[in-house]
Amino acid sequence: MSAHSITEPSNGQKWLAGVLVAAYAIITILPLLWIIATGFKSSPDAIAYPPKVLFQPTLEGYVNLFTTQTRQSAEFLAENPPTTWYEEIVHDKGMVIAGPSRFGERFMNSVIIGFGATFLSVVLGTLAAYAFSRYRVPLKDDLLFFILSTRMMPPIAVAIPIFLMFRNIGLSDTHAGMILLYTAVNLSLAVWLLKGFIDEIPREYEEAALIDGYTRFQAFVKVVLPQATTGIAATAIFCLIFSWNEYAFAVLLTSGTAQTAPPFIPTIIGVGGQDWPAVAAGATIFLVPVMVFTILLRKHLLRGITFGAVRK
Amino acid sequence: MAEISIRNLRKEFGAFTAVQGSTFTIADGEFFMLLGPSGCGKTTTLRMIAGLELPTSGEIWIDGEEVGRKPASQRDIAFVFQMFALYPHMNVRRNISYPLVSQGMPRARVREKVDEVARILGLEHLLDRPVGGLSGGDRQRVALGRAIVRNPKCFLMDEPLGALDAEFRERMAEELRALHDRMGATTVYVTHDQLEAMQMGDKIVVMNHGVVEQFGTPQDIYDKPATLFVAEFIGSPPMNFLRFHGHVERGATSVALHRQRFGIPASREPFEGDLVYGVRPEHVRLTDGGEYRGGIVATEYLGTTQIVTLETANGELKARIPADRIARVGESVGLDFNGHTVTLFDAQSGRAIRSELNEGVLSHG
Repeated sequence: MSAHSITEPSNGQKWLAGVLVAAYAIITILPLLWIIATGFKSSPDAIAYPPKVLFQPTLEGYVNLFTTQTRQSAEFLAENPPTTWYEEIVHDKGMVIAGPSRFGERFMNSVIIGFGATFLSVVLGTLAAYAFSRYRVPLKDDLLFFILSTRMMPPIAVAIPIFLMFRNIGLSDTHAGMILLYTAVNLSLAVWLLKGFIDEIPREYEEAALIDGYTRFQAFVKVVLPQATTGIAATAIFCLIFSWNEYAFAVLLTSGTAQTAPPFIPTIIGVGGQDWPAVAAGATIFLVPVMVFTILLRKHLLRGITFGAVRK
Repeated sequence: MAEISIRNLRKEFGAFTAVQGSTFTIADGEFFMLLGPSGCGKTTTLRMIAGLELPTSGEIWIDGEEVGRKPASQRDIAFVFQMFALYPHMNVRRNISYPLVSQGMPRARVREKVDEVARILGLEHLLDRPVGGLSGGDRQRVALGRAIVRNPKCFLMDEPLGALDAEFRERMAEELRALHDRMGATTVYVTHDQLEAMQMGDKIVVMNHGVVEQFGTPQDIYDKPATLFVAEFIGSPPMNFLRFHGHVERGATSVALHRQRFGIPASREPFEGDLVYGVRPEHVRLTDGGEYRGGIVATEYLGTTQIVTLETANGELKARIPADRIARVGESVGLDFNGHTVTLFDAQSGRAIRSELNEGVLSHG
């Protein structure tokens, strides 16, 4: 590379960078597009070889995802013509809708547990990080290391003890149990991330608020929190992604009432052969909340990145 | 408006003692300077007055009330931080009104007061701007606005000009002093810049290693330093120290320095041992004759005066002399001193020997 390229990239370099970024974007987004497309395919199209890029879209996968069905005789089907568009779809396959599937329920479990754990992690994490950042906590370094050390092994390594503990104290298969568990796993990350962000906020802001007649807690809420939004947003996204996607504990500790979507989605496979469009439809819907959450908080994340660079 | 009194104030951070038993009183309405090199305990002292640090022991009285253990929010003081510490998520108006909002003042009244303060400080056109885009001088004014808006008992300022460009400093220093004269509130101002302290202060406390070295008016501190540290810290170039071994009698008006007798203000105590003859550069005279001689090693031209560095039998010496006196490096000249301005120091302890000159200002022990 020539010397002048340090300050201003040449057109060739810009072009190359553009191609690389575009290529990377395509590689990462392709599986996502494939999943979304599969959700709208019919069962034969979904497993066709070579794979079909152009296909007749159908909502069969989504109907299968949200309903349970039973096969009926031809006479029964003839006597009970379909009344709605989704009944028509299953009718063509010789089925009738028996009722809603459990997907909606599982999805709501994911929402409650995922967002609940995220909320708790961020609230507790912010308070703990503030204390570690501002107060002379005895054995501070040891405590911080101890908190981090809970992340040094894969969480699943403690699955059996947690399974036994949860069974003994009645937390198995409860929302509260899962929220507590995910909060416990997330908290070390939250404390460390947020401590970094709060360390960056000059103490003078709070001291100014103390002098201006506010209590320590008021100063924290009115001066520190607004400064820490970037860090809180980033931490919340990380916590949500973990609790949302967590599979191993969910399989082990939930079965009926508190089962989340990740262990549920693969079970769709079992019903009447491998129903790939329904699985893909489930995965697509499952993606939406994290995407929306990230997009909503994106403004704060971007500001966090440019905060130091641009003098406002 | 209040008198501030510090009694045996002490602050330890673990094994480190930041302030070791300071005692001084700041009169009502005084512009008071806490001066010293970095790490001398001046900022810690200020922060204890503010309530941002708790003293290890000792008392702080503000307006006749002992406040050492009271939270900062209840002391009714204003603090101007070195980096201003304006709330970055609020605009200028909200920054200035914040202390009033905490008191639950009605909105209309807050608006009125903020407008008034903005007028005093020339900030009217900036009230709706975010603080992020302001220049250093304007940030400083907003910080001052936040301080004066609620008429506190006193102002505490921690190197408020330290973050400003040199050109702004001069102007803000004048504005600050003018503002103080107008408001008449007690102000405690921390600085490491002796010129700033001399220029603005009514009274100065000089601190070093957590100890109060001297307390007094700028003139007293310059003319009658209580310790070697003060003599060296104040003045540019600092006081000259000619080291010698000798003795002074009570009432003596001269000492023998390298077989030559030089004048001193009449001594009020006898002393024998290692002494330091302290003389300001402007009180050194170059003569053509004279027994006591020095060789010129450097000259520094300053316009109306020049600083001449000489090598003498008792160490290096700087003289401030008129610019028109021709001084060449290598030249040997006779030296004489304005004896009545001299301070003698005990070389061991660094304290000034009591004399006719400094009798009233020394506060040892």
